[in-house]
Amino acid sequence: MASSPAGSAVSPAEASISAEHLVRRFGHFTAVNDVSFRVEKGEIFGFLGPNGSGKTTVIKMLTGLLPLSSGEAHVEGLDVRTNSEEVRQRIGYMSQNFSLYPDLTVAENLQFYGRVYGLDAARLKRRIDETVQMNGLEPYMNRLSAQLSGGWKQRLALGCAMLHEPKLLFLDEPTAGIDPVARRQLWDLLFELSAHGITFFVTTHYMDEAERCSHVAYIYYGKLIADGTPNSLRELPDVQPEGTIRVEITTPEVTRALRFARTIPGIRSATIFGQSIHALIEDRLSLDEISGQLSKNGIAVAEIRPLAPSLEDVFVELTYKHQALQEAAARA
Amino acid sequence: MRNAFRGFGAIFYKEILHVRRDFGTLFFSLIIPLLQMVLLGFGIDTNVRQVNTVVFNADGRRESRELLDRLKNSDTFHIVRYVESDHDMNDEIISGKARVGVKIPVDYSDRLLHGMSAQVLVLIDGSDSSVAGIAINVTTSIGLDESLRRVLPDRATFAVDMRPQLLFNPDSRSPNFFLPGLTAILLLNVTTFLTAFAIVREKERGTLEQLFVTPVQPYGLLLGKLLPYFGIGFFELCLILTAMRFAFRVPIHGSAILLAFLSLPYIFVSLSLGILISSKANSQGEAMQLAFLTILPSIFFSGYIFPRETMPLVFRVLSYFVPASYFINITRGVILRGAGIQHLWIDGLALFAMGAFLLTVAARRFRNKVIMA
Repeated sequence: MASSPAGSAVSPAEASISAEHLVRRFGHFTAVNDVSFRVEKGEIFGFLGPNGSGKTTVIKMLTGLLPLSSGEAHVEGLDVRTNSEEVRQRIGYMSQNFSLYPDLTVAENLQFYGRVYGLDAARLKRRIDETVQMNGLEPYMNRLSAQLSGGWKQRLALGCAMLHEPKLLFLDEPTAGIDPVARRQLWDLLFELSAHGITFFVTTHYMDEAERCSHVAYIYYGKLIADGTPNSLRELPDVQPEGTIRVEITTPEVTRALRFARTIPGIRSATIFGQSIHALIEDRLSLDEISGQLSKNGIAVAEIRPLAPSLEDVFVELTYKHQALQEAAARA
Repeated sequence: MRNAFRGFGAIFYKEILHVRRDFGTLFFSLIIPLLQMVLLGFGIDTNVRQVNTVVFNADGRRESRELLDRLKNSDTFHIVRYVESDHDMNDEIISGKARVGVKIPVDYSDRLLHGMSAQVLVLIDGSDSSVAGIAINVTTSIGLDESLRRVLPDRATFAVDMRPQLLFNPDSRSPNFFLPGLTAILLLNVTTFLTAFAIVREKERGTLEQLFVTPVQPYGLLLGKLLPYFGIGFFELCLILTAMRFAFRVPIHGSAILLAFLSLPYIFVSLSLGILISSKANSQGEAMQLAFLTILPSIFFSGYIFPRETMPLVFRVLSYFVPASYFINITRGVILRGAGIQHLWIDGLALFAMGAFLLTVAARRFRNKVIMA
């Protein structure tokens, strides 16, 4: 599959996160099954997967909340099995519900989290000033955090998670439920911070956010089935098999076109994307041929052109492949 | 530098802010127990007095009227109606207008004058056992007294002269009995509910999850959350005791300082119970239900209402596991009987042991079910 770090000679101290053969069982259920990956310093690492696939469990293992059933994990050079308190001191964490105290003011929330991380009075004051300056919270300092809008809550939550100047931040679905402007501003901020060497471990359901990550991994029911840069994943043979190409067919009648396209020999798979169809076709089939067949059946084709696979395509293909392998294994 | 209580100061300070900001809740949680106290202190009187009584006096002569006067003067009976037939007397009792019916037969005076035994029929509604018990006792003793008076010469003394003397609560005032017990229930109410809510609220908001990924340690977290409510619980106790002493005029025979001191382990138990509840409940509604579940045994099996000595064995054994049992023993002991530390240290120790046990279980459960879930 992708670049596997297992057995590599690099020392764990160099990576921000190095997870090797992580396993977590709950009774007979294996929630995380032999998961290995490396996150380099300054990367924005997108960690994706369906709900219940083990994302949260991995985060809990990496933050030392959940003991590993087996395997090894180092975070910022520290072994999470023996040094979890120190690990937690060096990382920041922001969850999707932003974890603020609605009945405390913005300033009080910041002060509380600063104290939790043991910042002394002078450093706390300096860090709060810096944070407020960075994310523009100044006018809201004495407002209850319950009265902030989603975007401001998120900025405050991020500020709270970064007061102690962590080198690594876990963001668990940081943009769930906030408006598009705030979402874009958050990503701009992440890029800026990552340029300063801060590492981000981001879980998300948005594919466009995954595309912005410098490194993505996909976990599917406890198994890591993709790990690499978005571009390297697009070029995987499982995603783009030898002798096939991906095309986008734009047509006003997508539903009818889809039903018909699936009957054309040489079209391996097809899905609707808005006003167009994304199809994986064998390269013996020319674009004109497809266009001809569709219009013969009364379907007007506005445009048909080759297309690079999206990350969603990548994950869909890899999931199919993984399921097929599992079924084969179950039969054997 | 591992510190098991790391984060305590930050959490403690924040908790105080919550309490201050939500002053309304605090106010109500302090005032409502006082209101309950007013209701129970003024409203409940377990002494049976002035029981509605119907009389069918078929005789009507002087002797029968004397007997009725004695009934009236006992303060136990209040004659609501005189009737003229058995049927009317029964009817009054069945309809609930009277609880006791007294029938004096036609020949009552005649038999007495002839030195024969005269019978008086007393019908008692047995649906309320305490009323019935008192009615039986009082009528029997009036009968006995009346008989002795007729048999013995004047100024003769009884062969056996029982002289009962009520200690500690000579007027048998109900508030004196109820309020010290109520203190235990109300205190449990406030402290268990407040702690359970304080933690479950953080669960609901997701802030608890956030705290777990900070260097805060579980004991620092729990202690930081407990201590403010410990203070509130103690304040509430002082409030209740003050109201009891000055508004309800219940005298404190023992040392108030000893009472305050022995209430500390009880507050500790109630708070630990609150943490235990919060490790199970995921919403404030759920916490409320569980908290009520702990209140009920405290009311019924602690001796607050029903004496523990008369309970069936199963419940009596159960009562030993109810913290309020020990604290009620302490409050009644100090307030009513003037008991000292030499009488009550074992109750205090039992409470402390319970609190330590519950806190350990709660902290472990918290770790396994909440942090690692």
